[in-house]
Amino acid sequence: MNAQRADVIIVGGGIMGASAAFFLRKRGVSVILLERGLIGQQASGVNFGNVRRQGRYIDQLPLANRSREIWLKLKELIGEDAEFMLSGHLRVGYRPEHEERMAKYAQDSQPYGLGLQMISGRALRERFPFLGPEVTAGSYAPHDGHANPRLAAPAIGRAAARLGAQVFENTEIVNIEKDGEDFRVTAADGRIFRAPVALITAGAWANRISTSFGEPVPLQAKGPQMCVTEPVPYAIPPVMGVASEKMEEGIYFRQVARGNIVIGGCAREAVDLDKRRAYVNPKNTLLQFTQLPRVIPALKGLSIIRVWSGIESYLEDDRPVIGPSSRVPGLYYAFGFNGEGFQLGPGVGDVMAELIHTGATSTPIEQYHIARFSRLAVNAA
Amino acid sequence: MGQPRVIIIGAGPSGVRCAETLVAAGLRPTVVDEGRRDGGQIYRRQPDNFTRPYAKLYGTEAGKAQSLHESFDALRGKIDYLPETLAWNIADRKVHVMRDRQTRALPYDALVICSGATDRLMPVKGWHYAGTYSLGASQIALKAQACAIGRQVVFMGTGPLLYLVASQYVKAGADVVAVLDTSPFMRRVAALPKLLARPAVLRNGFALVAELKREGVQVLTGVTPLEIKGSPETGVQGVVIRDSSGNERAFECDAVGMGYHLRPETQLADLARCAFRFDHETRQWLPEVGEDGRTSVPGVYLAGDGMKVLGADGAEIGGRLAAMAVLKDFKLPVAEHELQRLREEQARMDRFRRGLVQAFPWPAQQAAQLPDDALVCRCEAITAGELRRTVCDMGAQEANRAKALCRVGMGRCQGRYCANAGAEVIAHAAGIPVEQVGRLRGQAPVKPLSIAAQEEVE
Repeated sequence: MNAQRADVIIVGGGIMGASAAFFLRKRGVSVILLERGLIGQQASGVNFGNVRRQGRYIDQLPLANRSREIWLKLKELIGEDAEFMLSGHLRVGYRPEHEERMAKYAQDSQPYGLGLQMISGRALRERFPFLGPEVTAGSYAPHDGHANPRLAAPAIGRAAARLGAQVFENTEIVNIEKDGEDFRVTAADGRIFRAPVALITAGAWANRISTSFGEPVPLQAKGPQMCVTEPVPYAIPPVMGVASEKMEEGIYFRQVARGNIVIGGCAREAVDLDKRRAYVNPKNTLLQFTQLPRVIPALKGLSIIRVWSGIESYLEDDRPVIGPSSRVPGLYYAFGFNGEGFQLGPGVGDVMAELIHTGATSTPIEQYHIARFSRLAVNAA
Repeated sequence: MGQPRVIIIGAGPSGVRCAETLVAAGLRPTVVDEGRRDGGQIYRRQPDNFTRPYAKLYGTEAGKAQSLHESFDALRGKIDYLPETLAWNIADRKVHVMRDRQTRALPYDALVICSGATDRLMPVKGWHYAGTYSLGASQIALKAQACAIGRQVVFMGTGPLLYLVASQYVKAGADVVAVLDTSPFMRRVAALPKLLARPAVLRNGFALVAELKREGVQVLTGVTPLEIKGSPETGVQGVVIRDSSGNERAFECDAVGMGYHLRPETQLADLARCAFRFDHETRQWLPEVGEDGRTSVPGVYLAGDGMKVLGADGAEIGGRLAAMAVLKDFKLPVAEHELQRLREEQARMDRFRRGLVQAFPWPAQQAAQLPDDALVCRCEAITAGELRRTVCDMGAQEANRAKALCRVGMGRCQGRYCANAGAEVIAHAAGIPVEQVGRLRGQAPVKPLSIAAQEEVE
């Protein structure tokens, strides 16, 4: 069988893979994008939809800023709307330590232009009159926002295809190996794809591939617990989240232009990587019902109409794997985004395209190198 | 182990007969029901202060309704009955139920889902105007509230319920303008051999149509619905169809009752993770059912119209069969002779059911011909044109993908109204068989769940 060839093969068509394909095509690099299901169908398509920088680790802010620049012009770039709204992001706290933490973050993040505004007491209530009495302080990020994850990655994938990326959906990979100068990728139906460069953006499933190249990572797959209300008149512009150290208090939500309020947080559940299904534990839905009205009591009057989950991947140090392989020349990784990949997606795609095309990137990503887990490979050997 | 914990969801004909059979075997099942009283939709009991007699409420089925109600009344001390209770989720062998905003998880060893059926709906341009009801809702208005859906009513669609509801409206004194059936008359003739499996029911059907005609109601077969006329201010003002000779005809009315036979309510079976299969005869996805209502999930059983639309008599049998399957699976004795008799009776019901499917087919081509400006999904106001663009321009050929990209089926009915027709629109636009479009994944809650709902403190 004749192999399909390109300069780069991307394995995994989530927002990372689709964005990388798009930006590689922008640079004139030929690309094959392989996706087991449909573009943006897994974590990229079912996540909360936060396009937020506030609260991210400081070391991630340059990358998040690069991504933000792309989000701002995404519509012109890809010619489609992913419902990106520059709505602002409001973190709130209940206790003095929450306020202290938010204040420290506002200070530490200052060089990165988030423009955080600490608000408390009467000023907070005047500005956001819907907040409940338990909320004592807030940190408002005027330049953050949200977008529709159901639309974003598929739209970026279509844009990449329009620019000439060869996008293969419903293409399950059974083997990937280095064969001379080339990576040789075999699909379940026997099709073969070849390229001198391979980029692994396979999310929660990426560890299987990195392990096959001798680079296992302690990747944990988990399912966020989401639900959404019926549509109601638009009244809550900022994305909201609670800055608590307790996971069960960590509710977050956003109202979309259609009027529905999308809700997540408080818990994560185990998932089935083989069946590619993740479920919501009803206990978590009820836990969210106890937390949500603490932020906005009036939300008690609404009903939810749907719950869902997805398969995200988490690493013990809360940092993703981004960059070249430490063992195989021509191999690159971008996965393990700890539930925070949606905002970063376009930026990571752009960085990977730059890295693959030029051999370097202007955005610092060394701290995300896969070599930090190399002791695992040693232990495994 | 003590007695097996059996939960029955639904207190219609199948749920009641299931409970009765289990009680007779010495078990104490829990019956969870959304209704305020037992009887289900078909034998819905009127509010306490209403006094219409059985014959008036249930017509030819009065005896069966009374028998079911009396059976249930006799069970009251022997079951745990949870009325006005929503089963909103199933997980880890527990049914999550909510009543009065109190929710709790009920563990089960066996679960019998008797969730019934609702109208299968085919969109038509204008079906979002106020005054458009399903046939089921038209009937409930009459049965429960003793009121009609309008002053001048057109009934449109197909299936036995079309004629039944129309005749009930005539009897109640409503002005029924016309009965417009999309199925050609000859289909009924062709289906006669199968329909003869239940000659008495068939006779009743003929009598209904004859009576409607005697009362001066226009009854047209083989029609193509074109539009429900109206405006957002006035609601429904009329119906336009093409008759079997190809002539366009208009009927003035202020309400339309619409339905195309029934579709099983399968969401709970889906949440219980039962496997589904595509049923080519009815062109829809249904739970896989083995002998006597067993599903692909051990300990989960289906009975009644929620499994397969056999009608109320078949549901009573199905409820008994499912109960016997539960008993057998717990190594408890069952009357084998009775089991055999019920299975044979069920097979006869199924033959009749297939006759109905043949006589009153789902008009799939109507979805293909929907004008671009007709709404497919009423909850999210998604038109046929938008859905077709999602298929053709965005490559969505699968039901969940189309939902993700354009919100079709994403609203508060979770696709109950539009999923069947939406799948037909997608299949036609993509040029693929409808089974390839797949089905919308079931997602909790089964019905909207109040955020004020709290876990009951044990």
